[in-house]
Amino acid sequence: MSTPQTPGIVAGRLAPATIAENFADIHPLLDAHEARVAADRCYFCHDAPCVTACPTEIDIPLFIRQIQAGQPQAAARTIFDQNILGGMCARVCPTETLCEGACVREAAEGKPVEIGRLQRHATDTLMAAGGHPYARAEPTGKRVAVVGAGPAGLACAHRLAMHGHDVVVYEAREKPGGLDEYGIAAYKTPGGFAQDEVAWLLRIGGIEIRTGQAIGRDITLEGLRAEHDAVFLGMGLGGVNALRAEGEDRDGVRDAVDFIAELRQTDDLSVLPVGRHVVVIGGGMTAVDAAVQSKLLGAEHVAMVYRRGPGRLSASAHEIAHAQTAGVRVITNASPVAVHGNGAVREVEFAYTEDTPDGLRPTGQTFRLPADQVFKAIGQTLDGAPGDLEVDGGKIAVTGAGRTSVPGVWAGGDCTAGGEDLTVTAVAQGRDAAEDIHAALTA
Amino acid sequence: MANLASEFLGIRSPNPFWLASAPPTDKEYNVVRAFRAGWGGVVWKTLGLDPHVVNVNGPRYGVVYGADRRVLGINNIELITDRPLEVNLREIKAVKRAWPDRAMVVSLMVPCDEDSWKTILPLVEDTGADGIELNFGCPHGMSERGMGAAVGQVPEYIEMVARWCKKHTRMPVIVKLTPNITDIRFPARAARAGGADAVSLINTVSSITSVNLDSFSPEPMIDGKGTHGGYCGPAVKPIALNMVAEIARDAETRGLPISGIGGVTTWRDAAEFMALGAGNVQVCTAAMTYGFGIIKELTAGLSLYLDDKGMALSDLVGRAVPNVTDWQYLNLNYVTKARIDQDSCIKCGRCYAACEDTSHQAIAMKPGRVFEVIDAECVACNLCVDVCPVEDCITMERLAPGTLDPRTGQVVGDGHADWTTHPNNPMSRAAE
Ligand SMILES: Cc1cc2nc3c(=O)[nH]c(=O)nc-3n(C[C@H](O)[C@H](O)[C@H](O)COP(=O)(O)OP(=O)(O)OC[C@H]3O[C@@H](n4cnc5c(N)ncnc54)[C@H](O)[C@@H]3O)c2cc1C
Ligand SMILES: Cc1cc2nc3c(=O)[nH]c(=O)nc-3n(C[C@H](O)[C@H](O)[C@H](O)COP(=O)(O)O)c2cc1C
Ligand code: SF4
Ligand code: SF4
Ligand code: SF4
Repeated sequence: MSTPQTPGIVAGRLAPATIAENFADIHPLLDAHEARVAADRCYFCHDAPCVTACPTEIDIPLFIRQIQAGQPQAAARTIFDQNILGGMCARVCPTETLCEGACVREAAEGKPVEIGRLQRHATDTLMAAGGHPYARAEPTGKRVAVVGAGPAGLACAHRLAMHGHDVVVYEAREKPGGLDEYGIAAYKTPGGFAQDEVAWLLRIGGIEIRTGQAIGRDITLEGLRAEHDAVFLGMGLGGVNALRAEGEDRDGVRDAVDFIAELRQTDDLSVLPVGRHVVVIGGGMTAVDAAVQSKLLGAEHVAMVYRRGPGRLSASAHEIAHAQTAGVRVITNASPVAVHGNGAVREVEFAYTEDTPDGLRPTGQTFRLPADQVFKAIGQTLDGAPGDLEVDGGKIAVTGAGRTSVPGVWAGGDCTAGGEDLTVTAVAQGRDAAEDIHAALTA
Repeated sequence: MANLASEFLGIRSPNPFWLASAPPTDKEYNVVRAFRAGWGGVVWKTLGLDPHVVNVNGPRYGVVYGADRRVLGINNIELITDRPLEVNLREIKAVKRAWPDRAMVVSLMVPCDEDSWKTILPLVEDTGADGIELNFGCPHGMSERGMGAAVGQVPEYIEMVARWCKKHTRMPVIVKLTPNITDIRFPARAARAGGADAVSLINTVSSITSVNLDSFSPEPMIDGKGTHGGYCGPAVKPIALNMVAEIARDAETRGLPISGIGGVTTWRDAAEFMALGAGNVQVCTAAMTYGFGIIKELTAGLSLYLDDKGMALSDLVGRAVPNVTDWQYLNLNYVTKARIDQDSCIKCGRCYAACEDTSHQAIAMKPGRVFEVIDAECVACNLCVDVCPVEDCITMERLAPGTLDPRTGQVVGDGHADWTTHPNNPMSRAAE
């Protein structure tokens, strides 16, 4: 059996039971009593700041009051009315920077109402009851193509189906769900929830998902436009940024998102190999997730290295603290200059940097970290915009509720400029685009 | 440590906390545990004549919860003791002998005829008990049999029974009053007229705590049916406080000793009852909810409070009574305005919603969720203070005499002015 100290990239560094425990639900479901107690802390604020802070603007005080009043299913309706992926968002939203960060009890006592966990209590209760809470409107006879079955595409498809349109979702991968299925940290959404949620969402009817269909490979935007009354693009960010450090093609260096996708698709994590010395390059959510999950798999030393100062980390303070608690060493102001090794990576060399008014500057000092596995998490990019869509800052340019430069084509989620790259933002944009498409199709 | 030794109708107890007549005082076992824990006295669970009554064999309590299943009120359909008279008397005698420094009062409820009372009183006297309490309050079960609240709701009966008791025993007689009447002063006056030495109040309030929306029966449910019970606990305290105060300040009952009951849960509740004129207090629900151990908080708390105030226990009794008055005498020159402390405000907007939707539109919501009181609209109703989740964030500030009240456009007057002299009062005694 391997141990955390076993050299190289190997599987089974920890006992299977330990790995299973490490990847267990990070915020287990509140039971009915816990939920009532947590719900009782809500003040039912006027024009509540938590609602403003939620990208989907869920009526939070209302749903919490419905939990107080003993009707979690009614609470779930309130949530799903605004956010059909409310179940996933309850698990993955960085609530500390969204609703809970804005909760008046956070300001008052540093202990916000546990909105995320209450939301999960409500949505899980309703979803466990089976069935589906929404019915479709009379068929309109209109057909809409949705590209990408991630949060943006799914939210858009559901809302369109609800309004009576027929929707075909074209998805490049094997499974629907987007990064909910291939990206989000495993311990945030264990138990195959992403697929369960998609199946539940599809129960509304009127949505057909065609997997293995990539725009640019199997289909074209022009073709979709010809066959449908409208097109929504929600294909996320398929590309990744290059490190631009010497030796980045050595064995053992890979994109963090690929490693995470593989991890998410591995049923038995004790067979998933991980390095003894893991170095993650980047300062965002992807870097945190790659680093933390490497540690949970049993890597002995994991360092997450970010080129700018601590104040510029895009991962929230909460997530950084989570990484540090898991045993990840977080190093800031260090930029990779070379990946050393003989075939496979042995060390990564970094230059210390300082933030100056004129930008980031190397200080002239360097250091090396031992590494047998390196994950690049320095940002994803749009894998080329389909057709002649106008692009803004490397993403699809949109105005209003996701209108692109091409008539009849809408877009939302990570692939568009604007909003943070979060599941909940993708849901809001998909939903709003659906409303706009509906208005356009029924005008 | 302030001395809490108490004397009520000459009955001494180491502290003014008695357990009210109820399950905690149902038998020797409980009462001995209570005395060991430190309770000052008990009113033994109400005795009746044999054959003893029976209780239901299903649930006898219903409940109203606050946050986190905190018990706010309990309702019960229990009757008086369901054990033979002789057993109770034997136990009372044994306990009194073993605990001579504790108050032992025996609650009684027998049919409304002189012979019944004449029969039971000597038996109780023989136990060495310190006094009796006449249960004229039980609102369920016994009242249908012409006892309990059925007596307590008719002042003439109260007076009659009190008189019989005074005639047939030398023990002090306390009349326990039911709150299920419109004006508590009438039964209290009747008790005094009949010669009673004191009143105790309140007994439980007739109530249905909840309805089961699946079986469509009131709770507690017995085989698909329910009946009204008696409500007690923190929820009834405001009702009890008012009734105690009414008796304490009524010209005809002033000075009549009062044992305060109803929702006493912490030392503070006890202090409030005593400030309104109660000579001691009785506790039931708090003990039933938390056990006898609460006596340590009650005694330590009251003692600390008295020390802080530099008062003796007797100084506290009745201290607030002179300040209970009728509405018409309240000073209309006492003009206040709500003041929001922006530093402690957490911007929840509850004050705004309350005032905007249900009061006087006197709170402005400004950019950045800044909430400010509009003096020209604020009638000082206090609703914002009540709903604000932050203690002391909103306070009421008095406008000094001579300042302009922007709401009325009038200068705040000096001195006292009340409704009796107000020009809008048709019966005004023309102020000069
Ligand atoms: C590692 C990681 C962790 C994250 N953790 C969180 C988190 O904890 N909380 C949070 O809120 N957000 C998190 N995010 C961000 C979040 O996952 C995304 O913002 C969100 O999934 C965006 O949704 P989307 O629908 O726009 O894109 P995606 O989820 O990326 O979905 C796009 C879909 O389109 C498909 N597709 C791509 N190209 C094509 C094509 N050419 N043709 C057809 N289909 C195509 C893809 O296969 C995919 O299914 C994380 C992201 C990553 C990478
Ligand atoms: C279960 C139960 C049984 C009671 N039985 C009696 C009784 O036999 N005689 C009586 O005088 N009062 C009885 N009471 C009323 C209490 O003595 C007391 O007056 C009332 O509960 C209010 O006080 P509290 O709020 O501290 O409980 C009973 C109360 C309860 C909860
Ligand atoms: S801000 Fe907090 S307390 Fe106010 S409504 Fe939202 S969750 Fe409730
Ligand atoms: S408290 Fe519970 S266990 Fe005890 S007698 Fe009552 S119902 Fe039975
Ligand atoms: S209720 Fe209190 S805390 Fe809330 S906004 Fe008003 S003053 Fe501020």
